[in-house]
Amino acid sequence: MITGKRRYPGESNWKGWFYLLPAFLVYLLFTFIPIIETFRASFYDWNGFSETQTFIGLDNYVNLLSDPLFLKAISNNLVFIIFYSIIPILIGLLLSAILTGKPIPGFSFFRTVFFLPQVISMVVVGVIWRWMFNPVSGPINQFFSLIGLDQLRQAWLGSFKYALPAVGLIGSWVQYGFCMVLFLAGMQRIPLEYYEAASLDGANSLKQFLHITVPGLKSEIGVAMITTMIAALRVFDLIYSTTRGGPGETTLVTGFLIYRSAILNNRIGYGAAIATILTIIILALSLLIRHFMTEKPSEAI
Amino acid sequence: MTLHWKRLLPRYLVLTIFMLVVLLPIWGMLMSAFKTDTQITVSPFSLPETWTLGNFQRAWTVGKFNIFFKNSVVVTTAVVISSVFLSILSGYAFGQLPMPGRRLLFPLMLLGYMVPFEAVIIPLYNWMNALGLRNTYWALILPQIGLSISFGTLWMASFFDSAPQELVDAATIDGCNRWQTLWLILWPLARPATTTLIVLIFMWTWNEFLLALVMVQTEAMRTLPVGLAFFQGKYTSNLSLMAAGAIIVALPTVLIYILFQRFFIRGMLGGAIKG
Repeated sequence: MITGKRRYPGESNWKGWFYLLPAFLVYLLFTFIPIIETFRASFYDWNGFSETQTFIGLDNYVNLLSDPLFLKAISNNLVFIIFYSIIPILIGLLLSAILTGKPIPGFSFFRTVFFLPQVISMVVVGVIWRWMFNPVSGPINQFFSLIGLDQLRQAWLGSFKYALPAVGLIGSWVQYGFCMVLFLAGMQRIPLEYYEAASLDGANSLKQFLHITVPGLKSEIGVAMITTMIAALRVFDLIYSTTRGGPGETTLVTGFLIYRSAILNNRIGYGAAIATILTIIILALSLLIRHFMTEKPSEAI
Repeated sequence: MTLHWKRLLPRYLVLTIFMLVVLLPIWGMLMSAFKTDTQITVSPFSLPETWTLGNFQRAWTVGKFNIFFKNSVVVTTAVVISSVFLSILSGYAFGQLPMPGRRLLFPLMLLGYMVPFEAVIIPLYNWMNALGLRNTYWALILPQIGLSISFGTLWMASFFDSAPQELVDAATIDGCNRWQTLWLILWPLARPATTTLIVLIFMWTWNEFLLALVMVQTEAMRTLPVGLAFFQGKYTSNLSLMAAGAIIVALPTVLIYILFQRFFIRGMLGGAIKG
């Protein structure tokens, strides 16, 4: 928490406000007031251009709970949590486990690559994976043919059965490097002597991993979990550039439903209600992050 | 020595496998951009038999990536410069200056950092529509500054808060006013924190998609990610052309990432944590 500093003799008590004001005005106009306005709009029925907005109380929310599209979108977001959060964290832990001990020469090169998907536009990631999953010429189907497993060829992103896990796996691909780098930074805090002592006591690597590495990384695992869960709840660009929610509604997610309801179909109040629910969930998760901050993750990169 | 290698080899092996999983799709896309379509299908990951820049040329001119690139540069430059400048001022206010209401203001700014773009996009879309500002740079720049500023303020505030107080006191005794103390004494120390902020806001703005998708209807105003998304809809079957487009979008962030790696990683891990 920021404490703020002393006032010098003769200095205006409001000095800070002069420095804050320009940023604060932009923030109020383009972020804070819109947040409030989204919340307000969620209690109204409005098409975005007519003069009248009808107050309908909680109707938008009540309708949402019985809207199969919304329920589908939410459940898809939950499935994405498995792919964005759980799988990457497990891979990240596995990689950290094999890296315990003395530093590996040349590791910084690996780290550069592992983090790469984090900096690339999600639309580019979508283009890359649409090609990888291409039913005819895509490398994944080609690979199955090459090893003689033609029956495994699929129209991955166009299939009702496989589209959701296929897009989910793209999420895992993006996130696991992030988790790994986060965990490795945290592991530098765990004293090597712990492992040496454990070896002397005859603890095998699995035991060392479970009793030293995992507890030592508690705060990093918490941070990774929540950051990747938020990413799973916010997913939009990737859906737009791979499946646009299809085939049918198989890969529909809340972010995409907000865009479709409010922007494409002019159901402002309805979209605003979905946005409000999504925002509240994400805010709750973000506040949870602070819970894991008691132990500050290492800054040693 | 041999014993050492026996211990290291399995680790390198696992690392290499997971690294290839990340690298191969990106590598394949990069190589595809220099090939013809038939060549891609025959050997997706090989080096091109004959290198061609034709795909880039066509994406750049026929695909209008020259226009998208210009738009992205204009928007990103404006957002980065103004957000970073304003964040330094507001972060300084939070971290160093007397400011009644600080306790209330802090969570207010934090809110902006935590909410997703979905929380603000609907009213922004309606307002920009009503003001006739859709399809202008303003609609892309101003909301992006608003969201960048909340992170920027918190990021710079935590730097200024931890800056050595003796230095600030000494500067004041020597006759520096607050403005001079900021730019002459503290800002030189803040270079690493500022660099991190610049690269993060650059990356977020360059890759921003939802805002640009919603605010822009005309092709002439599209930024690179939106341009690429529409391009993909139009030239689905033309792999090499799409690959070239994708490389044009990704190259600037990847280059900046490689040059400023440590700042990037520290910022992204710290950003996830500071929130």
